[in-house]
Amino acid sequence: MSAALFEFLTRMGDNTLVLGHRVSEWCGIAPVLEEDIALANTALDLIGQTTLWLSLAGEVEGKGRDADALAFHRDVWDFRNLLITEQPNGDFGQTMMRQFLFDCWHVLYLDALRNSSDARIAAIAEKSLKEVTYHFERSAETVIGLGDGTEESHRRMQAALNRLWPFVGEMFDSDAVDQEMIAQGIAPDPQALRPAFDAKLTDVMAKATLAIPGDDFSHAGGRNGARHTEHLGHMLTQMQWLQRAYPDATW
Amino acid sequence: MYAQMIKSTGKTVKTLDEMDPQERAFQERIDAGGKIEPKDWMPDGYRKTLIRQIGQHAHSEIVGQLPEGNWITRAPTLERKAILLAKVQDEAGHGLYLYCAAETLGVSRDQLTRDLLSGKMKYSSIFNYPTLTWADMGAVGWLVDGAAIMNQVPLQRTSYGPYARAMVRICKEESFHQRQGFDIMMKMANGTDAQRKMAQDALNRFWGPALMMFGPSDENSVHSAQSMAWKIKMNSNDELRQKFVDQTAPQAAYLGLTIPDETLAWNEERGHYDFAQPDWSEFFDVLKGNGPCNTERLEARNKAWDDGAWVREGLMAHAAKRRSNQFAAE
Repeated sequence: MSAALFEFLTRMGDNTLVLGHRVSEWCGIAPVLEEDIALANTALDLIGQTTLWLSLAGEVEGKGRDADALAFHRDVWDFRNLLITEQPNGDFGQTMMRQFLFDCWHVLYLDALRNSSDARIAAIAEKSLKEVTYHFERSAETVIGLGDGTEESHRRMQAALNRLWPFVGEMFDSDAVDQEMIAQGIAPDPQALRPAFDAKLTDVMAKATLAIPGDDFSHAGGRNGARHTEHLGHMLTQMQWLQRAYPDATW
Repeated sequence: MYAQMIKSTGKTVKTLDEMDPQERAFQERIDAGGKIEPKDWMPDGYRKTLIRQIGQHAHSEIVGQLPEGNWITRAPTLERKAILLAKVQDEAGHGLYLYCAAETLGVSRDQLTRDLLSGKMKYSSIFNYPTLTWADMGAVGWLVDGAAIMNQVPLQRTSYGPYARAMVRICKEESFHQRQGFDIMMKMANGTDAQRKMAQDALNRFWGPALMMFGPSDENSVHSAQSMAWKIKMNSNDELRQKFVDQTAPQAAYLGLTIPDETLAWNEERGHYDFAQPDWSEFFDVLKGNGPCNTERLEARNKAWDDGAWVREGLMAHAAKRRSNQFAAE
């Protein structure tokens, strides 16, 4: 098996798993009924995508682990999601800002993956992109509406952007795994996507009347598993609890 | 269905002879199986009763997200998590089109929401019970959705057009939910000792509350008689409860689980199961606000509404700005 390919696939699957879980925490408590439906729908799409990515990861690994084994029986240091996806929901504004920043990257990355030399990956990207395009439209529209809404909604959205900004840079980090994926024509160079991301971001933030922070410091440690935030461990205690407490059971 | 103790007129049901021509024409149309549409004339009592009934059903869908949402973040597999998310999404959708159906009767969704949050309007008693183990997700689908379907299937023929049409869509999805619930119960009942124990415990806790979902006997209720004459209630509570027990008892046997009722037995003569009434004093306690989770459920809904105020205001302000910009540009 290719260790780099497995690593790449867990990065994709862990992003959607962790963010899907976070979004699912909103169940039944959204600001308005239409948002309850939209958030559940987003979470559902992301969990569906997780199954595709992690099943393929398990297949590539060849050790008999399926998507559930990977989702429910790995510990924090084995997770390869971007740090932004594990950040707590905060208020609805922070949740939607996190969603927008992620969607903005996700759309570009999936679009590039449609040309992957690995047909299985191209197929997952093709299917996911349809869903994620809609996520992007919706999160962008919400960020614009709330940024350019009342004084309070503007203030909260600016705070959300400032809070999450240090997690944006990690999306465009590139390491040995990426180099191998690029060399094999499997995945794009993350750095190459930054200009397109910035263009989308600038457009939406202008409409939202929000200021993009000038400081471009960024945290790292999620996509390579070197140093997650404290939040992920707590999420896993909840997410993995049944599987861990009753290891003999099938559900 | 999630409507309990819906009050209609409080008077005796009028005969056709006692009605004025307008009301008589209305009643005859219903008797002939016709549908009443939003712009048609209708008696005040019909309108008010329907608003209460549809509103209570809508509220139940909304509050009903909470006991299931309680397990979404702990669902044991990706597939179970996805199914539960889809189910909760369906429920929010049911709430949405039921509120739309209620709006055709001249009440706004905001008003209904305020009445829910203030405790003036009720939601089904069943959602005031806690979901304590994963087996409860099975029991809720199997028993709670199962009981709901008993009432909702006949309501597809109810006299009010928008309500009947909403119910057609809802029934399709509810029967899917019930099958999913039963599927969870099968896995649990055929699983490890701990899983079987969870399944039995869930059945023990949800059996009585599920029977209560149909409401107390309404054989002598004027409200029910009026609602049945208007075809916004199609069967008596006891009829539906019996039907539910008749359907569920063999399913429990198939699962190898024991319904917590020592008197439960097939009655050859009646062609039905005999069963014990649930604890109706508990039911009235729950209606009064003293169920295990009444406080939490209403707190959660109020908190969601209050926390979301800035979002709703922000989006409205933005929409207003956009409208005025468009106006200025024209």
